[in-house]
Amino acid sequence: MLALTSPVATPLHRLPAGAKLAALALFTAALFRFDTLPALAAALGTVAALHLPGGLPFASHALRLLRPLWPFVLILILWHLWTDDLRGGSALLLRLITAVAAANLVTMTTRLSDMIAVIEGLAAPLARLGLPPRTLALAIALTIRFLPVLSDRLSRITEAWRARSARRPGWRILVPATLATLDDADQVAEALRARGGAG
Amino acid sequence: MERSLSHIALFAALIAVLGFVPQIMLATGVPITAQSLGIMLCGTVLGAKRGALAVLLFLLLVALGLPLLSGGRGGLGVFASPTVGFLMGFPIAAFVAGLVVERSRAPIGLAAGLGAFLGGVLVLYAFGITGMAIMLGKSWPEAALLITAYLPGDAIKVVLTGLITHSLARMRPGFLPTRH
Repeated sequence: MLALTSPVATPLHRLPAGAKLAALALFTAALFRFDTLPALAAALGTVAALHLPGGLPFASHALRLLRPLWPFVLILILWHLWTDDLRGGSALLLRLITAVAAANLVTMTTRLSDMIAVIEGLAAPLARLGLPPRTLALAIALTIRFLPVLSDRLSRITEAWRARSARRPGWRILVPATLATLDDADQVAEALRARGGAG
Repeated sequence: MERSLSHIALFAALIAVLGFVPQIMLATGVPITAQSLGIMLCGTVLGAKRGALAVLLFLLLVALGLPLLSGGRGGLGVFASPTVGFLMGFPIAAFVAGLVVERSRAPIGLAAGLGAFLGGVLVLYAFGITGMAIMLGKSWPEAALLITAYLPGDAIKVVLTGLITHSLARMRPGFLPTRH
């Protein structure tokens, strides 16, 4: 389940992560300057063309990532049909879909480890504010490590509830879930301290 | 130091895990995601600063490409979508909720409910509506209209945050990092 990186290798996978992120930032900034329909359509066409080397599985993965956007697309279409501002509506739609698709493309073609490496580099100046990159990397690793642990715990609490009650488990199971997280956190802190601390 | 770090990291994971299980939160047939409840709990349980940091860490993992937002959303794309305002508001909402619990002299459950309302409804909606107004090119009142559907769910979550924080404080007296 973890990571949205596409298993389909495309030429974009081989580009350095930092370069892709910088290009994405520039592209998105430019996108919000463009106002003419041909320019926006060309931008969307460019992003779509970048998906081509990945083939059909890659494209369908990209479409799946765009799914949360469709309700907003529908609202925009209805809204602009109603207010009879089709030009403005088309520009908004093109910009929205292009911006999200371009960002998703970077996510799909960049491995998690490469992203983390970029973040560690970017976070280096934060060391002066008391956040060394090592601590940030440790926090990221701890969170990822505890995702399956907490997820498993929550399903066990749910099962325990189901075994004892005919009613559906409601918000009440969040109390033991949060409590267990607090206790886990204390134990992890002890373990870190015992191994020489996090600093 | 180690204690803060582990609390922040594990609560970031808790927010994510609460996003995996929307079905347990069905209240009177209205599906509400438990994820924003997790955001509120970060503030009321960990306090303003650490609560906000836990939420920031969670958002960082989402940006790195993990599908941790409710509904399996994630990656950089969500930061270009119309709901980006809510994402920006999440850490501030947790901060405000935590601040209220830290400063208020009211019983902890009440303080947590108040914090969840100020942070998780007022502040979060201000950010969410502004983001939606910008991304969809609508005026502020028009964007506000679009998200009124979320209000009943969030009203329930305000109450739940109070109840859960109250239960936690009773089970671990003097343990909640928010109140010493």
